[in-house]
Amino acid sequence: MFYISNEILLKCNEWLKRFPDDKKRSAVIEVLKLVQNSNGGYLNEELISEVADYLNLPKIYAYEVATFYSMFDNEKVGKYKIYFCVSISCMLCGSDDLVNYVKNKLGIDFDETTNDGKFTLKKAECLAACGGAPAVLIGEKYYENVNFNIIDKILDNLE
Amino acid sequence: MLINQVCYRTLGLKQPASLSTYLSIGGYNVWKKILLEKPNPVDIINEIKLSGLRGRGGAGFLTGLKWSFISKDVKGQKYVVCNSDEGEPGTFKDRDILRYNPHQLIEGMAIAGYVIGATVGYNYIRGEFYEPIFVMEKALTEALNANLIGNNILNSGIDFNLYNFYGAGAYICGEETALMESLEGKKGQPRFKPPFPANYGVYGKPTNINNTETYASIPVILEKGGNWHLELGKPNNGGCKIFSVSGHVNKPGNYEVPLGIPFKELLNLAGGLKNNRSLKAVIPGGSSAPVLPASIINDITMDYDSIAKAGSMLGSGAVIIMNDTTCMVKALHRIAHFYADESCGQCTPCREGTSWMYKIINRIVSGHGNVSDLDLLDSVAYNICGRTICALGDAAAMPVRSFIKYFRYEFENYIENNSHL
Repeated sequence: MFYISNEILLKCNEWLKRFPDDKKRSAVIEVLKLVQNSNGGYLNEELISEVADYLNLPKIYAYEVATFYSMFDNEKVGKYKIYFCVSISCMLCGSDDLVNYVKNKLGIDFDETTNDGKFTLKKAECLAACGGAPAVLIGEKYYENVNFNIIDKILDNLE
Repeated sequence: MLINQVCYRTLGLKQPASLSTYLSIGGYNVWKKILLEKPNPVDIINEIKLSGLRGRGGAGFLTGLKWSFISKDVKGQKYVVCNSDEGEPGTFKDRDILRYNPHQLIEGMAIAGYVIGATVGYNYIRGEFYEPIFVMEKALTEALNANLIGNNILNSGIDFNLYNFYGAGAYICGEETALMESLEGKKGQPRFKPPFPANYGVYGKPTNINNTETYASIPVILEKGGNWHLELGKPNNGGCKIFSVSGHVNKPGNYEVPLGIPFKELLNLAGGLKNNRSLKAVIPGGSSAPVLPASIINDITMDYDSIAKAGSMLGSGAVIIMNDTTCMVKALHRIAHFYADESCGQCTPCREGTSWMYKIINRIVSGHGNVSDLDLLDSVAYNICGRTICALGDAAAMPVRSFIKYFRYEFENYIENNSHL
């Protein structure tokens, strides 16, 4: 392995134990995620190829997964990915205003990254947190009932 | 009224997700009894049939009947799979089962393993659910350490190894066969049925798949009896259901209440409409279910049969409340975007149809619509229905057809005056 660290490989090996020995392909999603996390939040072709090699899969098996699921990014992203839920319940509770406010504040649109490389804005389909609409996912944390003040505080507190 | 007594029975307790809390309310007693007495699986299935439990993920299929499709006597590897890929817009009930009552789900899945003779289970959780995943992992470790799952459970000779699996962002993986493809490490594209999962599921092996809420209901049903559960609700609509109420209400949230509760009572539980506005429309079962205007929904009860009779469906139990200020054109615009975005691309009618429906509605919203667009939309929607491998096609078409059916005047006005009523 040239691009994937030993530390990540250990985690991948652990994950593989959840599946039958001859079904390593099942691990491809999580292995890609672990590798993406260790690479600043995005994948590239070299990494995807290495994941395929690691699992003894044709490269296309890893590549098609890396381009199908929305949690994978194939271009450089900011330190923090901010997912705004814009589905129906969040929309009814003001997600459009919230999104516009943050777009203006950061000066970027969806799928763009601030010049300092800190934030990337992403549009999310339903995050299944409609009881706390509007909902926002940043890193591994859900924020619910988010308004202008709350998002200001959240963004200001991210280092 | 009985609130939060089945899947949410740990909600009011301290550390609701911990093993000790679950044990303190009699949790795992049903499982332990099964391990000790090794009853005939048919008896368990009959009790579930009696309970009237229907699949809580959306389709409403009878759970007892589904469990009877795989015989314990059939040899070879079999699987129990839980669908925790919650993503139907408006639905957020399974997230709270995972976060606040994970052991009840584990117990329900273990019982399913016993009934069909499966020694391995997977709980497929959507990838964005970091917190529920954390809680579920901890619960599995606790259960394993207490030998409530694993090998030779409590010296019974019975094995059941349960693992979590994390998705990576795809609504389509909530479709049971797409979920299995994903579990096998592939793109989440649904399979042709038949063969059904009971014959050909994960890795081509017999598999029982249910929703999180369905499995989590099982321990309580077997503890208190099928009849108890049936009588909570109505005939053919047994038990409680979690309704996720969202939108323009004062207290959005999950309410686990008996099936058959009048809509108005559920709305009251959710604090009524925000800012004293009046009700315009409700989507009663997640965004795939046809919308119903206030005049219809106000008079019905919330159960599978009543909502179906009113022309919609109970679906996942996601009740989306829209007040009189809601622009139905923009609401449909957003829903159409969702399906265009989430279509897996496998079937042409859905891949092309969802995208064209969104483009047409987008044209209307941006002020360039024609009145003829409405018939065009209905025609595209009609031509998706029934022509795709999975239900996502119909799910995308039903909102379009129902919004136009009930709120056509609003769409016409938007097209003529380029604005909301």
